[in-house]
Amino acid sequence: MATQTKAIPNAPVAVRRSEGVWRDAWKRLRKNRLAIVGGFGVLLLAFAGIFGPMLAPHPYQVQDIAAVVANGNEPLPPFQDMNHPLGTDQLGRDLMSRLLDGAQVSLTVAMVVQLVVLFIGVPLGAIAGWVGGRLDTYLMRVTDIFYAFPDLLFIILMSVAFRETAFGRALNGVLLVFVAIGLTSWVTVARLVRGQLLSLKETEFVEAARAIGVNDRNIVTKHLLPNAIGPVIVAVTLGIPTAILAEATLAYLGIGVQPPRASWGTLINDGVNQIRVYPWLVLMPGTLIALSLMSFTFLGDGLRDALDPKLKGKQ
Amino acid sequence: MEEAVSLDLTPEEAARITREQGDRAGTKSKNLLTVRNLSTHFYTPDGVVTAVDDVNFELGHGETLGLVGESGCGKSVTALSLTRLVPDPPGKIVSGSVIFDGVDLLKLSEDGMRKLRGKEIGFIFQDPLTSLNPTLTIGFQIAEAIRQHMGLSKKASYNRVVELLSKVGIPKAKDRLGDYPHQFSGGMRQRVMIAIALSCDPKLILADEPTTALDVTIQAQILELISVLSDEFGTAVLLITHDLGIAAGMCDRVNVMYGGRIVETGNTDVIFDNPRMPYAWGLLDSLPRLDDLRSDRLRTIEGLPPLLINVPDACRFNPRCSFTRDVCREKEPELTARAEPGHFARCWATEPGGWIA
Repeated sequence: MATQTKAIPNAPVAVRRSEGVWRDAWKRLRKNRLAIVGGFGVLLLAFAGIFGPMLAPHPYQVQDIAAVVANGNEPLPPFQDMNHPLGTDQLGRDLMSRLLDGAQVSLTVAMVVQLVVLFIGVPLGAIAGWVGGRLDTYLMRVTDIFYAFPDLLFIILMSVAFRETAFGRALNGVLLVFVAIGLTSWVTVARLVRGQLLSLKETEFVEAARAIGVNDRNIVTKHLLPNAIGPVIVAVTLGIPTAILAEATLAYLGIGVQPPRASWGTLINDGVNQIRVYPWLVLMPGTLIALSLMSFTFLGDGLRDALDPKLKGKQ
Repeated sequence: MEEAVSLDLTPEEAARITREQGDRAGTKSKNLLTVRNLSTHFYTPDGVVTAVDDVNFELGHGETLGLVGESGCGKSVTALSLTRLVPDPPGKIVSGSVIFDGVDLLKLSEDGMRKLRGKEIGFIFQDPLTSLNPTLTIGFQIAEAIRQHMGLSKKASYNRVVELLSKVGIPKAKDRLGDYPHQFSGGMRQRVMIAIALSCDPKLILADEPTTALDVTIQAQILELISVLSDEFGTAVLLITHDLGIAAGMCDRVNVMYGGRIVETGNTDVIFDNPRMPYAWGLLDSLPRLDDLRSDRLRTIEGLPPLLINVPDACRFNPRCSFTRDVCREKEPELTARAEPGHFARCWATEPGGWIA
């Protein structure tokens, strides 16, 4: 190689940049149009969630009673009054502002629930898979119990039990619900990580790492978890729509975000009684839920294909 | 394994104790590695497999020792036992001692053992494709042992990694540190494995079939590299191979293993000129030769190595041996001296007074 370079001194030497797992996955993800659309949807949601309150034409809780009265005591329909581009609800609160606030709540759900899932699921799965034996059996029976327990019942029980504590009141009661949702959904990730470690710990590079004196903790964290990260990312991405949906369901049941704050679920709950008269009050938050679920699912599916080493070079 | 190593000794303490014991027994620690009565068993549902059975050998400083035999003869398990990497369960080192540089490795604490692995004893594995972690860069994987054992600064360990990579013959070493294993060819990856094994200037390298996964031309380069670098660093090598050609070219001495036991040991030229064990003849006879025009079929040793469960007190090779007599089936021969110094064989037929002259 060196001699070749010398023989043709002016030839441009193509320096091959290293192509890691991530670059490779990104290349494949980029080709997946649906995943890119989903990614844009996710980015848009993130943007709305972070900057929503700044963009909103009104604070989400302010009532414009005059406008409602002027409209004959009926909520303003969308696109009629440019002061309320998407109309108002019956109390004269700006719907666009409330939808943006709801986006923030949904984004928080996505984050907090998945953080809880990662914090419980990954270590538990890693310990069960790596140590194996009796500990593995015990831990997996615990996950089985969590898996078998009815989710909604658990969340309702938790929110009733902790409602009056400081933890229950934190973030307007939202944190409690999110943690409760997280506590019911870490099982999938724990099982996933355990399964990955069970097969990965038999690989020869683990033996090679032990042969140079790497301790158990570093083998798990530096050698094994990076190999298992792909499926975990996919599971987390696909877990987000489930969590958003769970929050909407709970909000519809009256658990979770307390008024005057809004989530897409509470907005549907507010509007559902007048669905025949003012359908937009339900349609708009419903559409947003559907669109964000689709975005996350498309992105998750795309990531699954992109991070699957067996698909390398295909597509 | 835990019971056997429950003594929490630091390597220094263990070294002192073992040295005192050695002095009392009158043995000098001129050897880098002394293996005595090493037995490793695997506890399987079918019974206890005596994978390594009462193995004894020595390895001097800077010496290259071959461990040859068919698949399933206990070569790899022997190497794993030396560094206590036998998977437990089902495997267990049941007895023996491994005196390395004055320390009995089997009595060290797990922590003390970990400090030795990679630092004093390097390991080269059979398959460089699977022995490197696909998600970590080459640079990280070579630096790992250095960080683990040498306590060098970031800059110093980076320089050492670059130096090692160029030493094992990887061009543009600096540019390739950030590369991942899949960007290297098989031979290159084995060079990386050698760099990892050499990274902390070990006294001993265990090379477990280092060229089996490589094609013949690359094989020669890798063996040459191991040979040159072990000379340069003064490293002793335990070379495990089933290829007698490799053993002949690389080793000072050769141990022939069969059925978990060493059946013949001696200097390489003695083993190849005048093997005193029918199994060794069989192995030598199975080597294809360019000048052999008599037959176009490869010669083999009939049958398979024995299952090592409930091994009877008999020569383990007797069912496949064409010189078997009753005594071979009734009692297992000892490893006894032959004419040349340092040449031992485990065979009734070639013992003095045996039926093969």
